[in-house]
Amino acid sequence: MMRLPNFRFVAPTSVHQAAELLAASSGDTMLVAGGTDLLPNMKRRQQAPGTLVGVRHIAELRAISSGDGVTIGAGLTLTDVIRLRQGFGGQAREAYGALWQAAAQVATPQLRNMGTLGGNLCLDTRCNYYDQNYEWRKAIDFCMKKDGETCWVAPSSPKCVAVSSTDTAPALLALGASVTLVSANGTRQIALSDMYRNDGIHYLTRQRSEILTSVHVPRLDGWRSVYWKLRRRGAFDFPVLSVAAAAKIAKDGTVEAARIVLGAVASRPVEAPAEAIAALVGRPLTDDLISEVAERAAQPSRPLDNTDFTLVWRKRMTKFFVSYALKELRGDDMRARRLKVSRQELL
Amino acid sequence: MKIVGTPRRRVDGRAKVTGQTKFADDVVLPRMLHCKLLRASVPHARLVRIDASRATAHPGVHLVLTGNDFPIPYGILPVSQDEHALARDKVRFVGDPVAAVIARDEQTAFDALDLIDVEYEPLTTFADPEDSLANPTPRIHEYGDTGNVHKLVSLQFGDVEQALADADRVFEDIFFYQGNTHLPIEQHAAVAAKDPDGKLVLWSSTQTPHYVHRALAKTLEMPAAHIRVIATPNGGGFGGKSDPFNHEMVVAKAALLLDRPVKICLTREEVFYCHRGRHPVLMQFTTGMKKDGTIAGMHVKTLLDGGAYGSYGVASTFYTGALQTVTYHVPAYHFQGCRVFTNKPPCGPKRGHGTPQSRFGQEIQLDKIAEALTQDPAELRLRIVERPETLTANYLRVGTIGLSECIRRVTRAADWANTFRKLPHGRGVGLACSSYLSGAGLAIYWNDMPHSGVQLKLDRSGGVTAFCGATEIGQGSDDVLVACVAEVLGIDPLDIRPITGDTDLTPVDLGSYSSRVTLMMGNAAIQAAERARDLLADAVSRKLGVPRERLVFADRRVFDTEDPGKGVTFSDAVCLAEAAFGTIGTTGSYTPPKSAARFKGGGVGPSPTYSYSAAIVEVDVDPDSGWIHVPRVWIAHDIGRSINPVLVRGQVEGSVYMALGEALMEEQIFRRLPPRLSDALVHKFPSMLEYKSPTTLDMPEVFTELIENPDPRGPFGAKEVGQGPLLPVMPAIANAVYDAVGVRIDEVPITPEKILKALDAKAAGKAPRYGPSHFPDIPWPEPVRVAPPWEGGDGKAQDVGRQKEEGRSTAAKAVIRS
Repeated sequence: MMRLPNFRFVAPTSVHQAAELLAASSGDTMLVAGGTDLLPNMKRRQQAPGTLVGVRHIAELRAISSGDGVTIGAGLTLTDVIRLRQGFGGQAREAYGALWQAAAQVATPQLRNMGTLGGNLCLDTRCNYYDQNYEWRKAIDFCMKKDGETCWVAPSSPKCVAVSSTDTAPALLALGASVTLVSANGTRQIALSDMYRNDGIHYLTRQRSEILTSVHVPRLDGWRSVYWKLRRRGAFDFPVLSVAAAAKIAKDGTVEAARIVLGAVASRPVEAPAEAIAALVGRPLTDDLISEVAERAAQPSRPLDNTDFTLVWRKRMTKFFVSYALKELRGDDMRARRLKVSRQELL
Repeated sequence: MKIVGTPRRRVDGRAKVTGQTKFADDVVLPRMLHCKLLRASVPHARLVRIDASRATAHPGVHLVLTGNDFPIPYGILPVSQDEHALARDKVRFVGDPVAAVIARDEQTAFDALDLIDVEYEPLTTFADPEDSLANPTPRIHEYGDTGNVHKLVSLQFGDVEQALADADRVFEDIFFYQGNTHLPIEQHAAVAAKDPDGKLVLWSSTQTPHYVHRALAKTLEMPAAHIRVIATPNGGGFGGKSDPFNHEMVVAKAALLLDRPVKICLTREEVFYCHRGRHPVLMQFTTGMKKDGTIAGMHVKTLLDGGAYGSYGVASTFYTGALQTVTYHVPAYHFQGCRVFTNKPPCGPKRGHGTPQSRFGQEIQLDKIAEALTQDPAELRLRIVERPETLTANYLRVGTIGLSECIRRVTRAADWANTFRKLPHGRGVGLACSSYLSGAGLAIYWNDMPHSGVQLKLDRSGGVTAFCGATEIGQGSDDVLVACVAEVLGIDPLDIRPITGDTDLTPVDLGSYSSRVTLMMGNAAIQAAERARDLLADAVSRKLGVPRERLVFADRRVFDTEDPGKGVTFSDAVCLAEAAFGTIGTTGSYTPPKSAARFKGGGVGPSPTYSYSAAIVEVDVDPDSGWIHVPRVWIAHDIGRSINPVLVRGQVEGSVYMALGEALMEEQIFRRLPPRLSDALVHKFPSMLEYKSPTTLDMPEVFTELIENPDPRGPFGAKEVGQGPLLPVMPAIANAVYDAVGVRIDEVPITPEKILKALDAKAAGKAPRYGPSHFPDIPWPEPVRVAPPWEGGDGKAQDVGRQKEEGRSTAAKAVIRS
């Protein structure tokens, strides 16, 4: 079997301690929570940190609070996150539907029991030329993201095009979430959107010394949100396209506000163009409007040949997935479609 | 019958579900060392130099082996002894083993791999069969029929040209079947040790301990009697563990040199490099039909992408043309097959070995034919089903045939009459049929000995030990062994201890491949058990004064059928027999009947009997996206007789599962980088995450029907079930897609992208189809001509001189191409 390389492991018991450890470390220290992303990568030598700071047992990272919206500890497992849908007096069930649907479609039950929300938000970008073991990567003379110089997906590209493959980020972006980052130098809260960069290597603005401690989702009275994920199989697979959509719809069916976010089509989650959202607001969700908005929202979808399925087909699927999401927001019964696409019922 | 036919917990079930079964990687021995293989990072190159000095000096490293340590080649087939445990002068694919490090632990061995310096001189790389056909040099191997062509075959039974000329309609279609791999959950693993007597013991996850035994004796130049191979229970095999492998040779050699146990457990990537999986096959079917819907003649051409080594490839090539005649009556048949070498992991036998590819083509073409002739595809098939107890055009002796009953049962279950061509747009059903061997009629190497042997030891306690070389690969062979013995002796299966797959302890069984174990081991077990029963009956008859013929063995007793109260317990019967005859042990063996085929190439295809299957698949295709969903599968299988129906159903459902993977998503495919920048040729995604195989969530409802019509050649009438039920599912899906949205997908996997492309083509007024359109020119040899039985043939090749009469009408017919 593949073995982990040797590393030093420290397990602080508080965020403060963890932050101090990161501040004192050289560049080769990494955080590990569930380890479902990092440890396989280490076995494949994609990352070889000298020191791992384990944050799994820090209670502060599993705190949940509500008030003006909800604050969810980054250390909660994805299984924990799914269970939260029952909480908050039930009011969060529909408004935060996208988050529950996204979390429920990450990997497999076993991996969701270990993987955390923070880990999924910071998930390493993925690429079929990069997510391979050491010997394989050696056989292609490595790639830009690790040990090499060329991006084999787009050899003339000056930057890495590995794919943002997190399910929860598009969902939380659609909900307008923000995140709290703590370092030895202090605490800052930023919009989740500002944590991402469209660069496969430097895909996070989070500093190496910072710990993502919690996610804040604003109060969304009257909103509904949904998440649609495209992948080959009903389990295991990372998204090759995803659509998170949230909308506040008036009793008469008029859209009052909306957000649409595309996942897995770039190195960061991509928000739909403003004109797509503008076209929605103030109008009822008719079939025609849905088609029109789906076309517009799909514009920024630029998949490349580095995941499962062909890029042309993934691009073509974008508008359909936006329309599925909008129809579900409208209240259409999408269970049959869900069953065919996701191969499971979702919440 | 008390045991046979009754659903039972399998004999090895408890150990498996409680995690106590010892797989190869569970073997842990004192002072054991660990081995890792350095594999080639280039696809095709001469090995200029290997310098292992840095690795040898690395702390914790005990030994580094290279090709110099393995001068003798091996290979599963006598005609393809083309592998070395470690590469000697060249490497042939990325993943070809070059050196081995034996160290105190896996980590150290892995680290030391990077310290081995290898210098390569790159050679032109062949990724595609047409490249290999077009370029005879550089040769990947210095043997084979020509250039980079490994094998060329041409077999002709009857005058096919004339039959096609006389046909009312001729259909010509080209199909492609993509390669895929076995994906057993257990990776290959092996442990070798020198026993206290200095002999070698190898524990290995292998389906064929007997062949591994022979290969070790050859490559290590040791007497076979000093080598013991123990096949540990396999965590799945599916054909992928049927070859002798590099890692087995390497740990054996290392254990002998170091006098310490050595273990290797392959990574998942390495399992993809061992491969031996489904050959990618391009094929052309030309079929002449008569007005009445019967077949006039058939000409099949196949081109197999063999990968870098021979493996079972010669047999695989013949198999792509062997079984077309076993399902439907084909009066004249011509088969041409070609296997080429490419710089990719070697292909070999995967469940269905060589036959699923051409079955896919044949069954889709029949669907097209039925439509062109405006016939129902089920009725068309019922009309042409081969007759039982006949000899086919290519001299395969067919026994019982349950195919018509299979078709009737699935069409009834799926309500075919009300669904086919009647479902709303986007939904469809498709039908396909198939057949498979119940064991290959010939061994891998030529010999006249039995294919399976069973020994029984009867204990005074009433316990029985059954010894057989067959390998438990998850299919349930241990259970079949004890069931057959228990049925004959009238005891409980759990009273019997199976000892299997151990070359020191068990009589030879050729291995768990070609669906041979139930039929061959089962017959051997019955013979051994009957011999034991006869001894016991003699002794009991004397004791009770009851004639032997009146004695019944049941419920752990031996009693008088006319006075059931009069009898003895089974253990008393053993004691009586032991007192009368001495220690009770018996043997049984099985040798398949001689094949009727007496021409060169006739060794592939014969089997004691054939199983039959029919499947109907329902699909739901989204016309906008091409997204395909399979809600239901109905499958009927002609099993002859179920020994343990739980296992039979398990094999049928498992086959459907594997078939769905092949039909919808699995692809063993490779990536080239831009040629101006790199010569790399790598497996696209050697991982279980990105090599897509269905999950439980992707599994449809499966309705299984078993056709029980005992075949006298099988043990209690049983035929095979391990492979056959896989075969009809892939073409049934393709046919269902056509029923749903009116496009033909003439290749696997059938993906949403391909469906959408075909729908686009249809919308643009082009051929509503996705698939290959060209079969390359191949320098076929003169065919071996054999007259079919109904033309007075005797199974021998005809004299070439008097083969072709002049002046035949070969006027070209209007050929329907699609």
